Amino acid sequence: MAQTSHCKTIADNDPRYEELRSFIHSHENKDGIAMTALQEAQSLFGYLPLEVHKFISKETGVSIAELYGVTTFYSQFNTEPQGQHQIQICMGTACYVKGAQKVLDKVVETLGVEVGMTTPDQLFTLNAARCLGCCGLAPVMMIDDDVYANLDNVSEIPAILDRYRKDTK
Amino acid sequence: MTMQPHGTTAEMNRIATVEELNLLRDKWKAKLETPSGIRVVVGMATCGISAGANQVYEAFRNEIKKRGLDHVVVEKVGCIGMCVYEPIVEIFEDGKEKVSYIHIDPEKAGSIVEQHLVGGKPCDELTLLQLDVKDQSGYVCGKFEDLPFNRKQKRIVLHNCGYINPEDIREYIGVDGYQALAKVITSMTPEETVELISASHLRGRGGAGFPTGLKWKFAARETSDQKYVICNADEGDPGAFMDRSVLEGDPHAVLEAMAIAGYAIGADQGWIYVRAEYPTAVKRLELAIREAKAIGLLGKKILGTDFNFDIKIRLGAGAFVCGEETALIASIEGKRGMPRNKPPFPASKGLWGKPTIINNVETLANIPAIIRNGPEWFRSIGTEGSPGTKVFALGGKITNTGLVEVPMGTTLREVIEDIGGGCPNGKKFKAVQTGGPSGGCLTFDALDVPIDFDQLVALGSMMGSGGMIVMDEDNCMVDIARFFLDFTVDESCGQCVPCREGTKRMLEILDKITSGGAEEKDLDDLYELADNIRQTSLCALGQTAPNPVLSTMEHFIDEYRAHVIDKKCPSKVCKDLLGYYITEACKGCTKCSRTCPVEAIRGKVKEQHYIDQSVCIRCGSCIDVCPFDAIERR
Repeated sequence: MAQTSHCKTIADNDPRYEELRSFIHSHENKDGIAMTALQEAQSLFGYLPLEVHKFISKETGVSIAELYGVTTFYSQFNTEPQGQHQIQICMGTACYVKGAQKVLDKVVETLGVEVGMTTPDQLFTLNAARCLGCCGLAPVMMIDDDVYANLDNVSEIPAILDRYRKDTK
Repeated sequence: MTMQPHGTTAEMNRIATVEELNLLRDKWKAKLETPSGIRVVVGMATCGISAGANQVYEAFRNEIKKRGLDHVVVEKVGCIGMCVYEPIVEIFEDGKEKVSYIHIDPEKAGSIVEQHLVGGKPCDELTLLQLDVKDQSGYVCGKFEDLPFNRKQKRIVLHNCGYINPEDIREYIGVDGYQALAKVITSMTPEETVELISASHLRGRGGAGFPTGLKWKFAARETSDQKYVICNADEGDPGAFMDRSVLEGDPHAVLEAMAIAGYAIGADQGWIYVRAEYPTAVKRLELAIREAKAIGLLGKKILGTDFNFDIKIRLGAGAFVCGEETALIASIEGKRGMPRNKPPFPASKGLWGKPTIINNVETLANIPAIIRNGPEWFRSIGTEGSPGTKVFALGGKITNTGLVEVPMGTTLREVIEDIGGGCPNGKKFKAVQTGGPSGGCLTFDALDVPIDFDQLVALGSMMGSGGMIVMDEDNCMVDIARFFLDFTVDESCGQCVPCREGTKRMLEILDKITSGGAEEKDLDDLYELADNIRQTSLCALGQTAPNPVLSTMEHFIDEYRAHVIDKKCPSKVCKDLLGYYITEACKGCTKCSRTCPVEAIRGKVKEQHYIDQSVCIRCGSCIDVCPFDAIERR
């Protein structure tokens, strides 16, 4: 969360808050609810801005500081809005040994954003994944749920990305 | 993926006695072993799905429905471990040899239905036969079992993966599933159960190889109103995926083992901590728990006894350190996953302060088989100090990538050359990395050492969870060490100074080495830092973080020196140490000079070009575009 003045991106009366509330209260055992609630919130809102932390804190009794500590500890949580398409470059050992760095470099070059960032048009968010678990197909890139395997020839990458640009239009 | 709504939970009655369990087993055993019709199975673990198995599965279903082939069932199964051949489809028919199809797509699925299922004639050109792998007698292998890849394997943990449908509890029951639980809770005391596991000498498959029976004994002798069993399914080693494969292919084996553990130590609640990055595994676990509860194999008064056991799932959120027991516990409690000092060990003070045992997926998957077949059987496999098998995720520069389960004591040479088929493209084997970010690399000299927990430690590496990444002459070992350290720096929880600060400083030195700015003294500093971090870090993550650096320094010090002293990367990986040069093969097509982002390439049309080394940023774009292979790195 940036230190600059915080502007709300999710309206107070957003119906997703109600969903989150009922999720939290459907758990009879409140022990350890913080992380589960954050995971549910992220799947509802796509990211976790300050106001969502405030809401979860009010509903669970866990302090905002503690919640934010959990959010920032785990790599799965985002505090910034995400792009329309999620790009994950597998940087597991098997992929790395087979040239994942070149794949990553090519995507960075093509999109003009670094790992963890979203393109200015909000179309792509680029992430380096730890291991996508399909080591037999290395090196691997995943865009949303589509897997692109054996990317030995990185010059194919710009054309792959273009397909998603067209789909969106 | 589209999950078929499974009618099983609705139509299944609660199993109240062992006799009822046996009846169901006999019925489904018959269905699996002697199917009355044809059984088509599609490998649908993550690797298969990534290669397109979903579309293949749908194609088979649609085609079979369209043609009204009522005697054919199509099922999803887990991974049989041969990632290179995905998507894989196998066809079982009573009285006939199993037929194994590889690299199937929806179109090929159509031909198989037409020719094989309707016409009764297998499409030989789509089966394993197309590979034309012959054994010594000249017989062409038609079954996966015959391939060199499988001949030296022994499957205990992966036994059911790729055979049974993980989304149907009845198939698991049909392969003697839940018989071990039934035996334990109806005919053994908790003490006898712990004794049996101790007698098997099973050691934890998650990394360090701690004796499982001893762990159970510690928790069993605690007195408490509540105890817990945790399954550690936070497979964090980048490059290891055996736990995922077990969860996706045989989830009930893990549930059954957890219930047995619960009975042995006196716990009635289990938790599975699983990576959120494994959505298919999570879905299948959730379904498996629902089915087991519906049928009464989890829940209250299991099989008419007084034993109760329930299992819940907690999703990890991407933190490697959560594979450490105490960090994992903190994470289940909903906190930042930071480890704490031990003792007290989780066996006395674990989840919410209660006695807890934590076993990894592969360890648990061994338990039902050990109980069914006895500890002597288990000890007869593997080596004396490390009985049983180990699953390795074989990856990197190797021909047959995939999951491999071999008896402990198999040599690295057998795994890499006989099973893995060696390095592809005729490249020379350089090293194999085991134990992930906590392990080390083994070189040519270690190839004939039988692998078990103790041998690997003696060689300066460790078993870890079983990632086995093969590297050839094109991989730079300094770069590999840098890769692992980059990972640990990212994953350090930040709690203790040696790990938080020390690993960062080590990474800085490695960056200096790979970019050509290092001096000889840096190598001494690197070694000293590594030694300090190893001795003073709080948890195993920090204590083992220097291992990849130390072991590459031990075996490949010449490569380090080449970077530091000669400013050269012998494997031509470290970009900053490479120059790009245009050879006489250049035809002067100007493609490279037009591509170069910094205009470093000069020369006239149809004449040999040259690269201005003071301008070149070593991006390598020119190599990619040159149609004449006229640019080389050196």
